[in-house]
Amino acid sequence: MNVTEIIKYAIDLLAVLLLALGIKGLSKVRSAKDANRLAAIAMGFAVLGVLFDSLGGTGISINSWLWILLGVLFGGVLGAVTAQKVPMTSMPEIVALFNGCGGMSSLLVAIGVALFPISGNSTEFNNQLVQGLSIVVSVFVGSITFTGSIVAMAKLQGWLSTPSWTQNKIRHLFNISFAVFSLVAAINILSIGVGDGINLWMLVIGSALLGIGVTLPIGGADMPVVISLLNSYSGVAAAAAGFVVRSQLLIVAGAMVGAAGLILTQVMCKGMNRSLTSVLFGGALGASSSLKSSNSEYENITSCSVEECALTLEAAERVIIVPGYGLAVAQAQHTLREVSRALENNGIEVNYAIHPVAGRMPGHMNVLLAEADVPYEQLKEMDVINQDFPATDVVLVLGANDVVNPQAKNDSSSPLYGMPVLDVQEARTVFVIKRGMSAGYSGIKNDLFDLPNTSMVFGDAKKVLGDLLLELKELGLGGKS
Amino acid sequence: MNFLSEALWVLLLGSLLGFELIGKVPPTLHTPLMSGANAISGITILAALTLIIKAADNQALLIIGSISLGFALFNVIGGFLVTDRMLRMFSRKSSKKKGN
Repeated sequence: MNVTEIIKYAIDLLAVLLLALGIKGLSKVRSAKDANRLAAIAMGFAVLGVLFDSLGGTGISINSWLWILLGVLFGGVLGAVTAQKVPMTSMPEIVALFNGCGGMSSLLVAIGVALFPISGNSTEFNNQLVQGLSIVVSVFVGSITFTGSIVAMAKLQGWLSTPSWTQNKIRHLFNISFAVFSLVAAINILSIGVGDGINLWMLVIGSALLGIGVTLPIGGADMPVVISLLNSYSGVAAAAAGFVVRSQLLIVAGAMVGAAGLILTQVMCKGMNRSLTSVLFGGALGASSSLKSSNSEYENITSCSVEECALTLEAAERVIIVPGYGLAVAQAQHTLREVSRALENNGIEVNYAIHPVAGRMPGHMNVLLAEADVPYEQLKEMDVINQDFPATDVVLVLGANDVVNPQAKNDSSSPLYGMPVLDVQEARTVFVIKRGMSAGYSGIKNDLFDLPNTSMVFGDAKKVLGDLLLELKELGLGGKS
Repeated sequence: MNFLSEALWVLLLGSLLGFELIGKVPPTLHTPLMSGANAISGITILAALTLIIKAADNQALLIIGSISLGFALFNVIGGFLVTDRMLRMFSRKSSKKKGN
């Protein structure tokens, strides 16, 4: 072992250590910001290690530098611009997009190595099977990650809806045939080698279709879980790419992300009381239920004006706000903050009830409200705040729907049954601010709207909150803040 | 020890480490953690770099490597910056001046 190698190992070890500390730190509120930077620094060290190793060994040709520079400019600039420009509300989509690109990268590396065996390395590959297997895994997982993530992004953006035929059982047949198709291609690659590449392309196409076929039927409410799972996949793809180019650092980092992603996926599933298999193979929640529950119509809807809402709020002592995806869409978080300031200035206690899967991603609401300067202490988790609803005067439901549906507790025939929900109906008065009577993401009727203590305030969340603020000020609440 | 057995050990220990690293995560951090882990999975930049460096004069490999590097770096840079943006919002003081 010469000096270059020792230094290279030292850099790699440092990078792994920092990465592990980074992931660990990201799971604690206090250390998260620094941990993220630590992980970024670790990534820098890892790159340094590769460059250093090559410079000390075979050297890096001018030509290579040129292409490296090109890739860095292309990806780096685009990444930096995207990260700054994207609005906070589209966070889930953008994570899906980034994730897909990571998968694409692993896929490309594997294709490159498969079609053009790396010159300096090929003699060391005494085990053809291992090389073939790592290429196959890298292509398979990378391809699924890419198409799956892009479909997930498109669905969250609203570019793609859930086609009704995908809810049919036939889709399993499609997916199974894609899987078999990929498997045959993979076996061919392993037994006769890549050859002219026809099997390789078959594998790419087969797994790409599988990625689409598996993700497309999944309903929007389950999307966070899928993105988290795809995130785990991209870690696996990276680890497989690590086998392809023989980088231990890549294998460790990929394995860590793969495993951590799996745990996170499990945590999210628990929050929704869904098993991973039902998310993946059960189809969209709503589509299956709309068939049988279409007979139940709303019977007892009370709608009220913003003025009434303001009057009730003024007389309240304890108010709980339940934010949902609608709040994010309407970009109403800042107006909401002002409304709650006005209430607080009048001595009214305001808290926020955060359902674990409110929004399109766990923690979505926390990020959104943090942007609007809502104190962290006012954000209450479901288990904590559910006991408080009976002693609460007014609940404001803003753009949330499925997470406040009492069906989940009362109606064992409901597809939502078993999902933990916020017991808002226990409060004295509930105001639901909503654009219309349309169903939530699951497509299921919300029994809450029919209850006598529930009033609907129709309108765009931002508009309604703006009017509410004016009304409250007219009543003498808040004043200047 | 040859590369394979070493690599398998590394894979095993790395996975175990990953399983242990995050036990209890407050829901607030689910999105940032996912986003941060996602940025780390862009570590395939190493594979892309290796590919370009070892490509020698193979033009096709250089191009594939470069595109791969672009994709991976998009993931890494974008991922870390977006995570940072999210987490900065949790530190109350610094976000006061913001708001549209």
